[in-house]
Amino acid sequence: MRLLLHQLRAEQRLFWRTRELAFFTFLLPIVFFLIFASAYGDEEIDGADGYLHLLAGMIGYGAAATTFAGLALLLVIRRESGVLKRLRATPLPAWTYIVAVLASIVFVFLLEAVVLVALARLAFDVALPGRPFSLFAVLLLGAATFAALGIGLTALIRSAEGSSAVVNALYLPVTFISGAFFSADAFPAALRAIAEVLPLVHLIRLVRDVMVFDQAAWDRPGAVAVLVAWCLVGSVLAVRGFRWEPRER
Amino acid sequence: MTANAVEVQNLQKSYDGVEAVRGISFEIRAGEVFGLLGPNGAGKTTTVEILEGYRRPDAGTVSVLGIDPRRPTLDWRERIGVVPQSGELYPNLTVLEHLRLFAGYYAQPRPVNEVLELVGLEEKASAKTRTLSGGQRRRLDLGVALVGDPDLLFLDEPTTGFDPGARRAAWETIRSLRSLGKTILLTTHYIEEAQRLADRVAVLRRGEIVATGTPAELTGVAPASRISYRKDGERIDLQTEDPTRVLHELTGEALRGGARLEALEVHRPTLEDVYLSLTEETE
Repeated sequence: MRLLLHQLRAEQRLFWRTRELAFFTFLLPIVFFLIFASAYGDEEIDGADGYLHLLAGMIGYGAAATTFAGLALLLVIRRESGVLKRLRATPLPAWTYIVAVLASIVFVFLLEAVVLVALARLAFDVALPGRPFSLFAVLLLGAATFAALGIGLTALIRSAEGSSAVVNALYLPVTFISGAFFSADAFPAALRAIAEVLPLVHLIRLVRDVMVFDQAAWDRPGAVAVLVAWCLVGSVLAVRGFRWEPRER
Repeated sequence: MTANAVEVQNLQKSYDGVEAVRGISFEIRAGEVFGLLGPNGAGKTTTVEILEGYRRPDAGTVSVLGIDPRRPTLDWRERIGVVPQSGELYPNLTVLEHLRLFAGYYAQPRPVNEVLELVGLEEKASAKTRTLSGGQRRRLDLGVALVGDPDLLFLDEPTTGFDPGARRAAWETIRSLRSLGKTILLTTHYIEEAQRLADRVAVLRRGEIVATGTPAELTGVAPASRISYRKDGERIDLQTEDPTRVLHELTGEALRGGARLEALEVHRPTLEDVYLSLTEETE
């Protein structure tokens, strides 16, 4: 436990000191929320208040940006620079390390969600979520799913140089077609079908239902099932593909 | 508790059918600096990484501080320190933050201020790693490996790429570690480094140990001493196993004849001569 806290503190320091990472994963969804909410927040989107629609979308985008993209990048860079290999020679247990890394990035995401909700309340007078525990459960499920997929993705990335290109090419288009920024209704049916198979659209829908329609997390079992399924797929990929040593020799 | 910190018997390792290490055996006594000397690609890093627990041998037995590195324990990791051949640390952490972070992993770390002094980075304590020079980074690598106060330290080519001044400073540091009672396995392709630092040296060539001994023993079995001088403007080179006698005869003769031996020199074989004769490819 002492080791876990020690490593968690270090992870937080490392995350906030890596300014590019902190900007693109933590700050950007918040900035986008402010920009887009001032532009079209007062319109109605898909039968919901535009501010709430965008808030849920940016929370989903934040989940993908921090726990998927941020985690994958951070792990690839550490793997390729030999930091992970070096850690294996110390008495820090592997699980303690992994739990600390995960806890740290999930904390960043939860903080981001809190800031988004607070900004929506303060700047646009959006009501606070009526079911905070359901919201919390949904956010944790989303974070777990994307973190598992993020670790799984590291197996497919060979070098630190190409990593951000690969990661961005994957999650940014998915964020768009999942309707994080605006209604996905305008997209072609084929794109929407792809989005339906992927986890992000379901996370955004769950967040929206909990916040807009005051539903409990389990009122949409189909969406929960898709997230759980992706979480399992990601976990299998993560366990099979995770490497401590650089890919390049 | 065995007297030997490391015991290696008939160690073999291949990568994709290429034999990197072909059945080597050696032991490292507690408290000594053991040098693994050889050209690039001789199998040094493979050997060290097997001892560190990163790679599994194909055959042979390995014991490091009484433990088989294929089944490492956390207690065992408390007692070893690793300076890898390459690799970075966290660019945005300072020197001091690195040492504190790694110290936290160990039950009984060495005080970070002592480590700073030992590796000579006191003045860089609050500098971020990305601002350090190559040599300073290498010293931080050493500091991070030392902060757990290990009994056994692996140094994989610790001074490769150093300028001569930095290399000498690093040698001083390694000598001071030896006097702290640490056992050190040092790999290098610098002959002088092995000669200056190691109590015993194993010369590795294409995955095989071709010679083992103290630097003095290795040079003792070496090619003959060389005597050279100029006589009547002509340069003469002699090779002899008995330089004392030959020199006596030469100078005696010269004195009797009233001649001078210009530019008289006696060359003792260096480890370099031995190394070159052992590692030279005869293809």
